Amino acid sequence: MSDKILEIEHLTVSFDGFKAISDLNFSLDAGELRVVIGPNGAGKTTFMDVITGKTKPTAGKVHFKGKDILPYREHEIAQMGIGRKFQTPRVYLKLTPRENLELSCVRQKNLWSALRGKASSEERRTVSDLLETIGLTRRADIPAELLSHGEKQRLEIGMLVAQSPDLLLVDEPVAGLTDEETEAVGNLLLQLAETHSIMVIEHDMEFVRQIARKVTVLHQGTVLCEGSMDEVQNDPRVIEVYLGKEDEDH
Amino acid sequence: MTVETIEPAVEPRALVRARQRRWFWLEVALVIVCALLLLLVIPAILNAVGQGVRVNQLGRFLALAIAALGIDLIWGYTGLLSLGHGIFFALGGYALAMHLELQAKGGGTPDFFSLYGVTELPAFWQPFNSLPFTIIAIWLIPTLVAIALGYLVFRNRIRGVYFSILTQAALIVFFNFFNGQQKLINGTNGLKTSTSPIFGVQASDPRAQAIFYALSVVFLVLGYAFCRWLTSGRMGRMLVAIRDDEPRVRFSGYNPTWFKVFVFAVSAALAGIAGALFTVQSGIITPSSSLSTAFSIEMVIWVAVGGRATLVGAIFGTLLVNFARTLLSEQFPAVWLFFQGALFLSVVTILPNGIIGWLRGDGFALARSLFGGRHPIATYPSLETDPDVEYERQNSRD
Repeated sequence: MSDKILEIEHLTVSFDGFKAISDLNFSLDAGELRVVIGPNGAGKTTFMDVITGKTKPTAGKVHFKGKDILPYREHEIAQMGIGRKFQTPRVYLKLTPRENLELSCVRQKNLWSALRGKASSEERRTVSDLLETIGLTRRADIPAELLSHGEKQRLEIGMLVAQSPDLLLVDEPVAGLTDEETEAVGNLLLQLAETHSIMVIEHDMEFVRQIARKVTVLHQGTVLCEGSMDEVQNDPRVIEVYLGKEDEDH
Repeated sequence: MTVETIEPAVEPRALVRARQRRWFWLEVALVIVCALLLLLVIPAILNAVGQGVRVNQLGRFLALAIAALGIDLIWGYTGLLSLGHGIFFALGGYALAMHLELQAKGGGTPDFFSLYGVTELPAFWQPFNSLPFTIIAIWLIPTLVAIALGYLVFRNRIRGVYFSILTQAALIVFFNFFNGQQKLINGTNGLKTSTSPIFGVQASDPRAQAIFYALSVVFLVLGYAFCRWLTSGRMGRMLVAIRDDEPRVRFSGYNPTWFKVFVFAVSAALAGIAGALFTVQSGIITPSSSLSTAFSIEMVIWVAVGGRATLVGAIFGTLLVNFARTLLSEQFPAVWLFFQGALFLSVVTILPNGIIGWLRGDGFALARSLFGGRHPIATYPSLETDPDVEYERQNSRD
């Protein structure tokens, strides 16, 4: 019980009668790196919305570190230790990467600490270490809107880490990246997985193969199957709904 | 062919900090020079050339600029377009006007009450007999109203155009209340301040007016310094982050509601101070002057013309638009409104960042290239100093 960082039971989300998620059961061990795949419309993003408090479910339970998080709002859940990276990179474009990371890095996220203003030397060190990790030291002081797509993706992952969450939810981190950048992001995630629990949603099967240890397949709002990459790939149901179609496309 | 990219050297932090300090002291010096010019030089010159009436106008417009600073904070930095700041302006103006109406009768019931058969002073007037209470009320009442209104609005995540409509609706509610309540605050006739004693003379006396002028300059400088401090630290970056992507701020673990309530309250306090200083220099405050929808929208226009999120632009825009209005409406009373419309349209279409915003961006670059300097680097040095790109640039010029 206690070594499960995230437990979800009988989760159902319906929008005007349409069930985006129906009776979904899911659990994640502390320290695990899990990849969630599934065809379009399988409910992957809605699933993340529920965990981060953006969408309230119609029925079901969500426990994070043994605590029911459904009554809490987005910023409270973020403070409990769940960080989220969005599908398209969402960084503060008018601020520099350094300022982006500083905002995420601050421990006291209230009005008074923002008014007092100055970053502690410890926070400054964390930020410059992070800039090094995500490879943006030389871009640290130009507005983030000038960064390339791949750099923005890395910056947002950096912002996530700066929050020092226990659980990272990462939504399609390599969408629109070159092969080289994809591999860099993959290595970054593997490196982070040593100290964090991570759940990644991804479409890119090459990338899934690079990082996956255990894979969950979502289909029509519920878990179709779970297992290692090889097991999942050979499961006839998965081939039917997902991988099979992919192969035809190629 | 291989493209050599030149990466910029990372500048040492100490150098960056030294440069920032230099700019800071330069700005402080500039602000002090401007304040001294406004306090000592400009009134003397205007009086010497027989344009003494302009001093009073300048004082009133400087008061309006204080309100514009608040609009810039909430709209320019935080992205909340308030069309109801007349509420806070009027609350500040009425607070001081009530105090002065009471002083005119030595603390007795002001004359206008007898018109409506009111013989006893309404209870809420009583505390305004005290000058210290009034001075606190001028900024505290607008602040409290803004906190209450802001909390309800922002908590329920009312944003964008809905926020604008809501503030405008609130303004109309206040207008109807102030306009309709003859027996409480003289309704549509407003409150006069010119005949009341203050600082031992009449409020309309040149000596009193000179003090109000000086106070306007002082509060404008203080307001500017406060807003500058607020927006240059982490608070300013929070406001920009809320403007650019509020949901993202929530997922970073911040509750934007309190930040928005705070900045709304600060801008309301600034508008209250502006209202009080404007009222004593105008001699009267009425619901139709301070609570009309047009006036609240004009405040936004001043900031748009000067340049959003620049602070200097808010002050500059206020003075420019108001003096343009005064001078043009003296010369061509019939067409002033067309000028105002044209000014606003041309700013929105040609200079979307306002005049100061343009000067800091394209204008600066233009000036540099006119004096033979290099076009300043806007993106990466590695991109802009790329030999290939440079070659293209050289050869595509003619």
